[in-house]
Amino acid sequence: MIKAILIFNNHGKPRLIRFYEYFAEDVQQQIIRETFHLVSKRDDNVCNFLEGGSLIGGSDYKLIYRHYATLYFVFCVDSSESELGILDLIQVFVETLDKCFENVCELDLIFHMDKVHFILQEVVMGMVLETNMNEIVGQVELQNRMEKSEGLLCSAARAVSAVKNINLPEMPRNINIGDINIKVPSLSPF
Amino acid sequence: MALKIVKGSIDRMFDKNLQDLVRGIRNHKEDEAKYISTCIDEIKQELKQDNIAVKANAVCKLTYLQMLGYDVSWAAFNIVEVMSSSKFTYKRIGYLAASQCFHESTDVIMLTTNQIRKDLSSPNQYDTGVALTGLSCFVTPDLARDLANDIMTLMSHTKPYIRKKAVLIMYKVFLKYPESLRPAFPRLKEKLEDPDPGVQSAAVNVICELARRNPKNYLSLAPLFFKLMTSSTNNWVLIKIIKLFGALTPLEPRLGKKLIEPLTNLIHSTSAMSLLYECVNTVIAVLISLSSGMPNHSASIQLCVQKLRILIEDSDQNLKYLGLLAMSKILKTHPKSVQSHKDLILQCLDDKDESIRLRALDLLYGMVSKKNLMEIVKKLMLHVDKAEGTTYRDELLTKIIDICSQSNYQYITNFEWYISILVELTRLEGTRHGHLIASQMLDVAIRVKAIRAFAVAQMATLLDNAHLLTGNTQRNGICEVLYAAAWICGEFSEHLEEPMATLEAMLRPKVATLPGHIQAVYVQNAAKLFATVLRGQEGVPADSTVAQETSQLLIDRLPLFVQSSNLEVQERASCILQLVKYIQKLQQKDVEVAEEVTALFAGELNPVAPKAQKKVPVPEGLDLDVWINEPPSGSESEDEGRKSKGKAVFAKEESRHTKPRYTEVDEKELAKRREVRKAEQANNPFYIKASPSSQKVYQDGVGVEHIPVVQIDLSVPLKVPGMPMSDQYVKLEEERRERNKADKKKKKDKKKREKGEKGRRRRGDSGPESEEDITPAHMVDIVTEEMPENALPSDDDDKDPNDPHKALNIDLDNLLAASRRPLADSEKKLPVRSHRPDEVLKSPMEDRQVVEVVPEPKKKTGKEKKEKKDRKKSKEKKKKHKQEEEEDLMGSGSQEPVQAEETKEVAAPPPASTPEAAAAPASTPRTASGMAAVAPDSEPEEAKDTEPEETKSSTHKKKKQKKEKKKKKHHHNHSDGAGDESVQNGTVEEEEPLPPMSNYALLAENSYVKMMKQDADKVCDIQGNLQDGSQVVVSVIFENKCDSFIKSMEFNVLDSLNSKLQRPDGAGPHDGLIVPFQLPPGISNEARFIFSVQNIVMPQKLKGTLTFIVKTDDSSTHEKLDFKLHFTCTSYLITTPCYSDAYSKLLESGDLKGCSLKLEGVNQPFHHLLARICFHHHFSVVERIDSCASMYSRSIQGHHMCLLVKTADQTVSIDAKCDEPGLLGNVLDEIKLTFSQC
Repeated sequence: MIKAILIFNNHGKPRLIRFYEYFAEDVQQQIIRETFHLVSKRDDNVCNFLEGGSLIGGSDYKLIYRHYATLYFVFCVDSSESELGILDLIQVFVETLDKCFENVCELDLIFHMDKVHFILQEVVMGMVLETNMNEIVGQVELQNRMEKSEGLLCSAARAVSAVKNINLPEMPRNINIGDINIKVPSLSPF
Repeated sequence: MALKIVKGSIDRMFDKNLQDLVRGIRNHKEDEAKYISTCIDEIKQELKQDNIAVKANAVCKLTYLQMLGYDVSWAAFNIVEVMSSSKFTYKRIGYLAASQCFHESTDVIMLTTNQIRKDLSSPNQYDTGVALTGLSCFVTPDLARDLANDIMTLMSHTKPYIRKKAVLIMYKVFLKYPESLRPAFPRLKEKLEDPDPGVQSAAVNVICELARRNPKNYLSLAPLFFKLMTSSTNNWVLIKIIKLFGALTPLEPRLGKKLIEPLTNLIHSTSAMSLLYECVNTVIAVLISLSSGMPNHSASIQLCVQKLRILIEDSDQNLKYLGLLAMSKILKTHPKSVQSHKDLILQCLDDKDESIRLRALDLLYGMVSKKNLMEIVKKLMLHVDKAEGTTYRDELLTKIIDICSQSNYQYITNFEWYISILVELTRLEGTRHGHLIASQMLDVAIRVKAIRAFAVAQMATLLDNAHLLTGNTQRNGICEVLYAAAWICGEFSEHLEEPMATLEAMLRPKVATLPGHIQAVYVQNAAKLFATVLRGQEGVPADSTVAQETSQLLIDRLPLFVQSSNLEVQERASCILQLVKYIQKLQQKDVEVAEEVTALFAGELNPVAPKAQKKVPVPEGLDLDVWINEPPSGSESEDEGRKSKGKAVFAKEESRHTKPRYTEVDEKELAKRREVRKAEQANNPFYIKASPSSQKVYQDGVGVEHIPVVQIDLSVPLKVPGMPMSDQYVKLEEERRERNKADKKKKKDKKKREKGEKGRRRRGDSGPESEEDITPAHMVDIVTEEMPENALPSDDDDKDPNDPHKALNIDLDNLLAASRRPLADSEKKLPVRSHRPDEVLKSPMEDRQVVEVVPEPKKKTGKEKKEKKDRKKSKEKKKKHKQEEEEDLMGSGSQEPVQAEETKEVAAPPPASTPEAAAAPASTPRTASGMAAVAPDSEPEEAKDTEPEETKSSTHKKKKQKKEKKKKKHHHNHSDGAGDESVQNGTVEEEEPLPPMSNYALLAENSYVKMMKQDADKVCDIQGNLQDGSQVVVSVIFENKCDSFIKSMEFNVLDSLNSKLQRPDGAGPHDGLIVPFQLPPGISNEARFIFSVQNIVMPQKLKGTLTFIVKTDDSSTHEKLDFKLHFTCTSYLITTPCYSDAYSKLLESGDLKGCSLKLEGVNQPFHHLLARICFHHHFSVVERIDSCASMYSRSIQGHHMCLLVKTADQTVSIDAKCDEPGLLGNVLDEIKLTFSQC
């Protein structure tokens, strides 16, 4: 079982949170802070597993995370999930994001939290739902096409163009996943 | 209208969308909160509009704000509105928001049922998909129940996209609505072979998750999974299946044997590390499950260990970590296989990753042997020096001590080495574990006598260099070590080379900066040293001035401590100062004082086991609960008010029934007691007295001369440049072993004999390796800790202090304690509980224990053992009953299924030979029931109201009451019923403090007889129980309240279809049972009646009558008393212990139906609450975590009942599950009632 998925940046700002179990908002924020505190003090070249914090989980739960440039992707899972499998799943998710957003960067996650959620929904549903990237991307695109055909979100297009033109010097634009080469023990065919 | 639409769309142009909101927040870094609050105001406006697009946009923004921590539950209804939009775009936004912020207590969720059902059956697969996804986050029991069928249908949807989502969500549905598992399971099983890999994978996921919690039920699927495992190529599926097998093998070893081969093949063939790792893990699980029976799987173990080695050697930290993790699992069962990879594990200690280092440390613990201990510790010591973080260094320190001290210093062959290690560890700055080192030093010095001389020398050096340790007292925990050092030097001062120097070191002014408790030890031990010094000096006549100088030194230095702000230091210092002054006076008169001063500290302190105190058995006849002196009666009630609940009750009872015993204690008696006490003390192992053992000569071992103890230059400062001291020992040890080996070759036979001796003398000599050939450097005699001679063999003390049952101990203990105490003469009535009018028919604890519990293969906790003991006792008691019955049979020929229980006050005492046996039956009613008695609701209403006062008064003021009633010979009109009587009899007293919980309830009462305690409890033989239907035993206490003789009591109950009183063979269905005793005035006695019960789902009430004859001097009258027996559903429950794993399996089995209960305004501590449920409703606590506990009980017909009790500010929620919903509902109602009354 996957208990929670947290994405936050190097400063602990949440970019996406998804709890598969109910926590009140303030507890959620506490969990984010605690998790960030645990994860952020670790070097990049140490292992990606952590015993769960006190707020989320307990002894049966593990935090499994990956750090991509400015973002941490943290999954809180129990012992029925394979540690290495979840690491791969994070990779699958991030690669899917990369495909859907074309060179995904933190800004995409910031401004399109809803879309990231929709993608995540095709990957995880409390348990691992789909690990085949083509299948995921296909489904996401079909749904986006449906949305377009309804033509209800004209303002969205306006916003996207605005984002692309906005000048945000403090944000490194060049964060795409391709650059970060974290060794993934390959699971053979997805 | 048109205008409105236009206006709406224009408004929309100016509405912020999500991106605008995000941008706005980013642009308002300084006043983010303020900005967001204006945004929320805007959103509120937007939500008020009719336009769904505007609403959707607002909801989308709220979803974002929710992520930032804002509570958006106020918009729940708007979210539902957006969810029900016909447009996919909006629906998706709505469902997303719902899945982020809806939960079980969101009330609008119940409005969504139909909408979700509509979406699930939508022709558009994405509408369905979105609904399923959303549901996975916020499904509630209601939704699960209502939608289970719809989702089940979707499992066979044509689109695999829907099928896989439907399959996955079924798991959540099962969790919320367990009844759905049975009907859905066949279809779920079908999906294991779905053509679509995604669906198949989802089905495997769900079944694995189910099976993990409750593996037993899924063993039958093993062949199917086995087929999947050998055929599937999907690694995700394989991993899950292999994990599942890991959970199944402990239950079915044959499966394990079958698995080894395919798993081994997979290990060899797969390139995916994740799969390899899971295979290795499962093979380990298989091997562990087989380890008892099958010795020859060494090949598989080797393979696993070898593969793990590859993982550990990998540069990927993740693999390294997992490899070590799996290694520690092997270590438990196959330590040898792991030990051969010591090099690798030691290498991991150098890893830069702390989690890996910690894992490696865990492994080390299991890998030491006599051979390699020194080497490993040496390595660890190097790490200690290098470690940069204090946390890790502290971890190392504790590990070193753990490793060395494990199993009673089993692996230490040279204690001098160990002492030096400890001394070296004191060099650690800023460690928190000074006390740990100190306690080790003390332990070793006290228990290993041969090492004392060496230890003392080392400690003296430490004291001399104390400034090195105390440099920074505030942040330095290490000064604790000085506590040990000072004590050792003082206590074993006869070993000191230069006691004078040490004494001087202990009295340095700098000492005054140490923490108080250390200073106190310094002062005390300075006195001991002083004694030693005096003895040394007085031997030589010329030194009398030197001796006086020593005294002067103390007199000069001690005033510093007399001024200490620490009371302990001050007190000890001023005592000793005065003593020394006196000694000095004597010295000036040339009186030899050394002998006498030494005598102050004579005798040896033997190590006493930490558990020893608890193990001292209470001497026969000693009642610790009895008042020594009667408490002042006037203040009694006030006192009790202040005392804690449990204590108050004790005080009350004791004072009552001990009164006659202790009022006439005279001087003679006291003197006699003093004598007895003295004699007792003489035999008491805890009274420190000069024992012959203190004069024991040290056994110098054979090899001791090889060790150049004295050659170590003690003047060497602690910080030895270059080689640390302990290293010398490592070298010496090696040499010694070499030499020993050579020796051994020469005189093999002789050695063997000697060794045999040594082996016998040493404790715990079995190492994992064949360590016989490593002879210890010292013939160390590790003194065992003392235990009282007749210590009870109970394992009480093994109880985990964190045991969740601990919280419950309080009340139950009280109860047990109360039950152990024999009933005193005055205790004619069981004390009455005043605040619980409706509690009836409770099972006495004792009988609970009598019930044979299905044996669990687990280790019994101490508590259980105790119970067992009690059980034994009660069995004895039962035997006795049988005897009695048989006697009855022979004597009167009457065959009664009634068991009479004679309490002490009965005229003819039971033929008990030992006090224990006498106590057992006497205690039964109390254990059984506690003390209180309360009116059952069978009483007329007004009786209920007055009953508490009545019963209470009858307990506490019964004497008085009796007097009042003494002359009451009048016959009350019985047409009014017993209830009326009790009203009249009730004398209203003020409320007494809460007595402990009890199950005795007042049944009925009139001026003659009081039937207390209606107590239903389970039948004693569970087999009869399960096969022949169920039996309930009711204990009734009859009390004679008038001053006439009562006889020929006949107890009769009108049977119902469901419950029948068991009558002797041949008796008609309406015949009463003769109560097998008579009651003299003021006497009470207990009888038991057995009922057979068909259906336990409903509470029952039975009408009954007691007829009896009241015999006075001149006449006798027939009387009767009506009562109603109330069998609550609770009384059909048996307290049955349950282990948490069995419990979770039970819950996951899906056979249980749920029900829940909320109690408001319960303001008692959680453990009291649990204790109440345990006691009144016969549950046992399975697990307790903070304010949450799971509880378990079983009905006499074998229904399982599980409770999850949670509490949060005065609200208690109880989620219950049982396979018999009717019973569950009734029990919950009764629980509610229990709490509504307190």
